Amino acid sequence: MINITINGAQLAVEKGTTILEAAQFLGFPIPTLCHLEGLTPYGACRLCVVEIGEGARAKLVSSCTYPCEEGMKIRTSTARVVKARRMVIELLLASCPQSKTIQDLASKYDVRQQRFKQEWETCILCGRCVRMCHEQMTGNALGYHGRGETRTIGTPFNIKSEECRLCGGCIYVCPACQLRCTFTDKENAICNGCVNLSLPCVEKDKFKEMMCYMDPCVACEISGTHYSNL
Amino acid sequence: MNDDAVLKIVEKHNSEGDGIISILEDIQSKYSYLPENALKTVAEKTGKSLVDIYGVATFYRYFSLKPKGKHLINCCLGTACHVRGGQTIADEFQKQLKISPGDTTSDREFTFETVNCLGACALGPVTVVDGHYFSKVKTTKVKQILDEARKGLDAIKVEGDKRIFPVEVSCTKCNHTLMDREVLIDEFPSIRLTISFKDKHGSLRLSSMYGSYNIVCEHQLPDEATVNFFCPHCHAELKSHTICPECGEHMIPLMLKGGGIVQVCPKRGCKGHLLDLF
Repeated sequence: MINITINGAQLAVEKGTTILEAAQFLGFPIPTLCHLEGLTPYGACRLCVVEIGEGARAKLVSSCTYPCEEGMKIRTSTARVVKARRMVIELLLASCPQSKTIQDLASKYDVRQQRFKQEWETCILCGRCVRMCHEQMTGNALGYHGRGETRTIGTPFNIKSEECRLCGGCIYVCPACQLRCTFTDKENAICNGCVNLSLPCVEKDKFKEMMCYMDPCVACEISGTHYSNL
Repeated sequence: MNDDAVLKIVEKHNSEGDGIISILEDIQSKYSYLPENALKTVAEKTGKSLVDIYGVATFYRYFSLKPKGKHLINCCLGTACHVRGGQTIADEFQKQLKISPGDTTSDREFTFETVNCLGACALGPVTVVDGHYFSKVKTTKVKQILDEARKGLDAIKVEGDKRIFPVEVSCTKCNHTLMDREVLIDEFPSIRLTISFKDKHGSLRLSSMYGSYNIVCEHQLPDEATVNFFCPHCHAELKSHTICPECGEHMIPLMLKGGGIVQVCPKRGCKGHLLDLF
């Protein structure tokens, strides 16, 4: 067992436990975005930063990927930590403002405006869908393309992958709601309930074989076709 | 698209325990790009997922998923080249070829790419065309470079290139000159020899340019065929005890004017040669 201190509270954890797991065990809230239980830690979004070490050697680390060490003193909500998190939220808002998840985070941390060039990305590269596809659905249909600022997530050659079983797991875990709420793209949107009365997932053939996790959903409520209702 | 060639490449690297990158490098050097089917074959044969291989192929700039043109132009935009006007050179290439960086002209002649540093900063602005470096390029030189590339930069240029020079040789047995001033190869007198292979006899002319492998022969010589060479004057067989360092055949000795022996490999397609100067 390893003895650590989180915000003054002492705790003994097993070797290999991450700071995030220990903090959640004690009930200290740490916001997360790319982290999802059941998937390997990735450390992409940096929302879960906490402060470790003391004095001049205090530093910010991402708690979802940092394993606990003996005698570690962790602070989860110092001014420095909150400032860093607010900055991350601002940057996320700048790239993907239409995401409900990010809007909720901004509201929780009282981020009311952002100072950066406004973009309307549909992806924040958190990698949840890639890990979901690979680890939980053993699919290997999604992956990263390119590098640097041209990095994207997608299937090989950006066409429907032979390995994709249309399980919908990638959409289910997506915090940017890429496919859930794409009201600007009427043809390809799955839900579209807010602007259309006709729902593509019910009416269009290409969504017929799709297993859907989007519960609750306007489409299902209207048509009553969801698997849970069958 | 030849699937067997891809299979061969994958198998070669799989047996050597090599990684994905070396496989993709070999495929790219064969086809000049990575065809979709080739990536699928690689995924199937290596047991890795297509996503991962596609990820590697898109991560590195060296790899291209689009077919490239016959000539590859690389314009350096590194810091040193940039301050000396690399960007205007790149713009001029784009204007003349009417394509943007990374694209290929519609006639598949040129592919234009920019690169962040070629490590030849003192020569800036640098442009590399088919492996040939052009230093201190000016916008006025761009058209000339493109014209040269169209003609083919790999053609042998005698002037200026010190590695390539004409030799004059004679038979090692009778010392009679073997030069034939009637027939020119690479614009220089050729070396005439008599050959026999299987039951055919005839004459064969070698280029006298040291470094050129051009020949003229009345018979069609298949690749890797080993041919016996004879002096056309004394009819002695030209065969030395020296073994070709490339393929292990006995080499053909030729006496150099001015002292020395040059030995060439009799095997068609083998480029083994030795030069002994007295």
